[in-house]
Amino acid sequence: MKNKYSIFSLIKNAFSYHENWEKAWKDPVPKKEYEIVIIGGGGHGLATAYYLAKKHNIKNIAVVEKGWIGGGNTGRNTTIIRSNYLWDASAGLYDHSLKIWESLSQELNYNVMFSQRGVMNLAHNLQDVRDLKRRTHANRLNGIDAVYLSTEEVKKFCPIINTSPDIRYPVLGGTLQKRAGTARHDAVAWGYARGADEMGVDIIQNCEVKGIKRNGNIIEGLETTKGFIKTKKIGVAAAGHSSVIANMAGLKLPLESKPLQALVSEPIKPIIDTVIMSNAVHAYVSQSDKGELVIGAGTDDYISYTQKGSHDIIEGTLNAILELYPIFSRMRMLRQWGGIVDICPDASPIISKTSINGLYFNCGWGTGGFKATPGSGDLFAHTIANDEPHKLNAAFNLNRFVSGDLVDEHGAAAVAH
Amino acid sequence: MSKNLRINSSKYIDQTNRISFIFNGKKYYGYKGDTLASSLLANDLHLVGRSFKYHRPRGIMTAGSEEPNAIVQLHKNTSRTEPNVRATEIEIYDGLEASSQNCWPSVNFDIGGINNLLSPILPAGFYYKTFMWPASFWKNYEYFIRKSAGLGKSPTKADPDIYEHKYIHCDVLVIGSGISGIMAAKTAAKNKLKTLLIEEKPNLGGSTIYQNSEYFKINNQTSSSWLEKEINEVKKIENLEIKTRTSVAASYGYNFLLARENLTDHLPIEHRKNKARHRLLKIRAKKVIFATGSIERPLIFDNNDRPGILLSSAIKRYADFFGVACGEKNILFTNNDTVYETAISLIQKGINIEAIIDNREEPDSKLLYEVEKNNIKIFKGYTIIDTSGYKRINKISIMQLSKDGQNVVGSKISLSCDCLGISGGWTPAVHLFTQSGGKLKFREEDEVFIPNIAPSNQLSVGACNGDLSLDEILINTQNSLKKFFNIKNTDYDNLEKLSSTNKSKRNIWLLPSDKVLGKTKSFVDYQNDATAKDIKLALREGFRSIEHVKRYTTTGMGTDQGKLGNMHALGIISETTGTKMGELGTTTFRPPYTPLTFGTIVGRNVGEYFDIFRKTPIHDWHVEHKAEFENVGQWKRAWYYPKKNENMYQAIQRESKAARDSAGILDASTLGKIDIQGTDASEFLNRVYTNAWSKLAVGKCRYGLMLNEDGMVYDDGVTTRLEENRYIMTTTTGGAANVIGKLEDYLQTEWPELDVYLTSVTDHFATVSVCGPNSKKIVSEVIPNLDLSDESFPHMSFKNAKIGKINCRVMRISFTGELSYEINVQANYGKSVWEKCMEAGKDFNITPYGTETMHLLRAEKGFIIVGQDTDATMTPIDLQMDWIVSKKKYDFIGKRSLYRSDTIRDDRKQLVGLLTENPNEVLEEGAQIVADINKSPIEMLGHVTSSYYSPNLKKSIALGVVRGGKNMMGQKLIIPMEKKNINVTVADPVFLDKENKRLNA
Amino acid sequence: MFVINCPYCGEREQSEFKAGGEAHIVRPKQPTELSDDEWAEYLFMRKNIKGIQFERWNHIHGCRKWFNMIRDTSNDEIKAVYKMGDEPPKI
Repeated sequence: MKNKYSIFSLIKNAFSYHENWEKAWKDPVPKKEYEIVIIGGGGHGLATAYYLAKKHNIKNIAVVEKGWIGGGNTGRNTTIIRSNYLWDASAGLYDHSLKIWESLSQELNYNVMFSQRGVMNLAHNLQDVRDLKRRTHANRLNGIDAVYLSTEEVKKFCPIINTSPDIRYPVLGGTLQKRAGTARHDAVAWGYARGADEMGVDIIQNCEVKGIKRNGNIIEGLETTKGFIKTKKIGVAAAGHSSVIANMAGLKLPLESKPLQALVSEPIKPIIDTVIMSNAVHAYVSQSDKGELVIGAGTDDYISYTQKGSHDIIEGTLNAILELYPIFSRMRMLRQWGGIVDICPDASPIISKTSINGLYFNCGWGTGGFKATPGSGDLFAHTIANDEPHKLNAAFNLNRFVSGDLVDEHGAAAVAH
Repeated sequence: MSKNLRINSSKYIDQTNRISFIFNGKKYYGYKGDTLASSLLANDLHLVGRSFKYHRPRGIMTAGSEEPNAIVQLHKNTSRTEPNVRATEIEIYDGLEASSQNCWPSVNFDIGGINNLLSPILPAGFYYKTFMWPASFWKNYEYFIRKSAGLGKSPTKADPDIYEHKYIHCDVLVIGSGISGIMAAKTAAKNKLKTLLIEEKPNLGGSTIYQNSEYFKINNQTSSSWLEKEINEVKKIENLEIKTRTSVAASYGYNFLLARENLTDHLPIEHRKNKARHRLLKIRAKKVIFATGSIERPLIFDNNDRPGILLSSAIKRYADFFGVACGEKNILFTNNDTVYETAISLIQKGINIEAIIDNREEPDSKLLYEVEKNNIKIFKGYTIIDTSGYKRINKISIMQLSKDGQNVVGSKISLSCDCLGISGGWTPAVHLFTQSGGKLKFREEDEVFIPNIAPSNQLSVGACNGDLSLDEILINTQNSLKKFFNIKNTDYDNLEKLSSTNKSKRNIWLLPSDKVLGKTKSFVDYQNDATAKDIKLALREGFRSIEHVKRYTTTGMGTDQGKLGNMHALGIISETTGTKMGELGTTTFRPPYTPLTFGTIVGRNVGEYFDIFRKTPIHDWHVEHKAEFENVGQWKRAWYYPKKNENMYQAIQRESKAARDSAGILDASTLGKIDIQGTDASEFLNRVYTNAWSKLAVGKCRYGLMLNEDGMVYDDGVTTRLEENRYIMTTTTGGAANVIGKLEDYLQTEWPELDVYLTSVTDHFATVSVCGPNSKKIVSEVIPNLDLSDESFPHMSFKNAKIGKINCRVMRISFTGELSYEINVQANYGKSVWEKCMEAGKDFNITPYGTETMHLLRAEKGFIIVGQDTDATMTPIDLQMDWIVSKKKYDFIGKRSLYRSDTIRDDRKQLVGLLTENPNEVLEEGAQIVADINKSPIEMLGHVTSSYYSPNLKKSIALGVVRGGKNMMGQKLIIPMEKKNINVTVADPVFLDKENKRLNA
Repeated sequence: MFVINCPYCGEREQSEFKAGGEAHIVRPKQPTELSDDEWAEYLFMRKNIKGIQFERWNHIHGCRKWFNMIRDTSNDEIKAVYKMGDEPPKI
């Protein structure tokens, strides 16, 4: 491996004042033709290219990215990683991903800081309790490490939560998945980019797709701001912009793109050692290694590509945060931002072939795509390489919207962070 | 004993009002009007904190909200503690207690300082390259990384302060009260526009208000005295509101802005009681004028971060405004004229200046000549190459710059000092402008980004518009205002002005040194310890975009959000990569401009005001009778009524038994009620429910099931035909708002031809439900004139009646399977009717029961609860309720979806009853159901949706959904729990009175 | 946050409104005669346009009327509002 990263390479490079580090990835001019072109240089797109090269031995691949890699939802999410999903299909998909996370730093030789600090989901009403218990039982039988916690156990695991029975929506219990946690979002994109680049994948930034060329039902290539690129297979991992690409190919998808906001506080010394999610009062919080409280807000209900949402959403989220963590009242919001999330009617993703030969979509992750990055990349690569889904993503096809065989995860996560 | 560097009586500092405060455990004094920073400087104290990564000693750098270094923890270990407060912003008050952060054991001796020694192996992004082995060790590494990161400490107690919100609608909002802001506000207000002027500092006037210099004049007065008169006039204008100590945090589209008005942070703690601390202003302005000024740039050279190094404008502000000398041996270092303004101020006040380093070779400036007259040595064409002094600067080294500015030449000169003022020119504060969608352009001559295309109804004036000299400000501001307001004149059309600034600047983003870059520490982001070589490393490793460099090096991600250093980062990238600055663009300026307290954003929406509390008209009775409550949506519903020493289980067993044995009473007021009127009301119901409604007779009730268009069960309830063209629909408690929303949607957008009107009447009625074999006797006593005979008033029918003078609607409907009457009365009579029923039922042991017993009773009867037994994946066929799906009706909401390839499958999950092998064992709701425990992977067939011990059947009963369950009657299945497997048998979901004898009793 | 000009009430804060997705998707008059594909097209498939979008809004905390809006989803600029059933104005 080029320029292997380790404490020894850091020390060695210190002697030359770090003047000799190589580029983590090149900045190539696009070739005339590729075997496969991935649209979207976020975590999902880069991981797809990485696994296509690594597991399917396809080397002539380009990833085209409108802006800079990792600049979309990869760099804008609250980095929650978990696999405690209700339905078998979802559990299979997300746990596949979680297993890859567990050794991803070593595989990529890039520290993605996967921190298995646990994810706790809170119940605030009796139906929440039933739903979380149902999910915990399903998780256990699916081999996923989830346990149900009483209110006292919740308090013990995270003492700063206000578990008083007198609050408006008291904490009635919760679930805990200990293998779950967070990771450093940028590092995931960068690590996959570095790995893919090393295997010969061309990562082409500042390259916006302007059109999809097809001959009847067959893909011929794509128009970009850097010229026409010939290819027979296109994998789209464009998140919020999936419909924009689909429209270029004359397809409609069951998606709506909406603003999702998040915010961080100023950095403080460690105060929360886990990730806490509460659907009912809508508060998601963890603390980054830098010390910032990372807080996920909700989506607005209108379609927008502005990466901005309304202040009411931020206010509602912080209302909930102070309901559950009154001690944070004097903490300060340092930065807020928005992303564009593509949401499916059943709150489950699409990793699927389409009615056009050679056109594949990986989309519909809504608010929860980050956690799936490695697994989704792996399965999407499989689907593109074999023109057939892997059994783990078979359920996440486009046809489910026709047949009615939806994977409805609404019950499990109103907002599936 | 520390020195006193207070130099004169500034009119902004009240020297008769001495204030004591504690810093790092030691008592100091300052005066009213001081900030913590100015009073520390007056005490000759520069070392305030430690940096984020290397724990380097840091001092006060600025005099404003852009401060990266001097951030402190206030009132540690108290409920009012607050981390990361800028010493430059906090006004001192008696009893103020502040301490340094991110250092242990003390700011003077910080163990974390070891990181500075390790810095050669801690370049930007080092953590991505290491801590990977052994794989399981990241947790341990992370523990230490997290501990050394972070700055201050979170409070650990609830906040004693309160916060509030205020909406403001104005014609014109002016942000910033420097010279251009005052001109804008006065012009707006004089043109009869309702104007709001916001200033983040406690006083108006920006930096002009202390520009008391012969070199800057307006109408033959110093600019400060001219502005002071203007301010005095502005304060008298009626339609102009002024808010000081108010910081605009965010500027959103459609001229919606958020500002934080600081009400008590400058008061002693004991004066804050019962006062709101901050007020969040939610401003909707017709026009917005940004007069947000500019921020001085530092210079980037080796060791440019030592305590004692300040921006030159800060030194001027401390001298002019606060009457404080920042040092006794001052040196100034510049690439432009700004430091000469500072020098003139210092000379005026008798503060010693050792030397001035100007990197320009032949600066030609009136101000410079004035300074030279005072025998101050000016090193022209020189740069600082290094500084020394660990906890306070004590020496600088300078060398001459090469012609091209890329190298240093000649020999090194050392100069000693105790304070260094630096100026790299100015950066217009365009943050708020861009937040709301304004587009910037790059002005090459002085390398600044300035507003280019403004969203409609927005204007930038003064320094934030790139007007950096007094004459430009005066001319351009009045011209812009005329255009913006479409007016002919302003008060400022014919001002005489004297401005002495020479605009020449020799901009070198990264100043050269005699050392290789790798050996230097030239800080670009002070708080996050991002250096010039870090930025170069990022570029070398292939990070090109400014956002990449920012994220990789953490430049601009501190609590100051890069207000000082972001431009230099861009400049260094531009120089290194050969990309023009204008093409690089800036990083996105994200709200808030300065950090905003959570409590401020939340305002009064805390505690009991977090969410609306909906109570039924009978709520007080439930409270008086010691009910436990359950949250259902926003409603508080009585859950059960424990008697003395009774636990929940016992209470429910008692309540359930009483309801079947004699009489029970339930408050059903929370169920949604929709009044449906119009000639097409029946047709409307035909379309929204799965069953047929046209033939329902007046006075009859019918149960209906409503689907989503995707065929899944959405809501249910009983609807009664009150009159030919009038129905009252009931919905689930939680679904009420959504149901009427959905019905209105269809009515208005799909079926506007229907003559139907919907009104939500949920809150208008109280509903008292009396059930049980003795319910008829009780109701007949409460409503003696009502004929309750089965012939006249059978099950599923309705009658109007009167209780005394009170009109009521009585429905004979049942959710328990018992004979049951629902009495609906106007809400305010609810409690008295409830009490009448209790009184009438006394002899029958009438027992109030809550939602839990209701759930148990209906489960005995096999009635579903939408949302508990269904989960948005269940069709009516799945619920084995085929009988309610009309085959004849042409269409209803969701009908088409029932015939899709997946929804017609026979092996979908279907609702069944479950009986445990051991009748005393109660299943857990949510438990999964399997057929074969040994299969791997285990196949889950469904789950338990409802489960109770039935006191009436004397056994455990449960409802569940099971794949293919419809055809599994009598089959044995397994509930695999964590520690055991429970055997169950699939049964009919109707456990009790399948023949409906009780209903019709 | 937008200011929306409700065709019935005039200018109001966005928080009074609820968005209802793409406009002019008419519910099929004869759903039973549609194929599964055609029904799915109506039920789920959306243009999800980046740019000028015709969409539905409801003044839910006001007059409760549904109406149509033309908005540029790339910058959230509202171009026009019009009542249900009216022809979209030219923009």
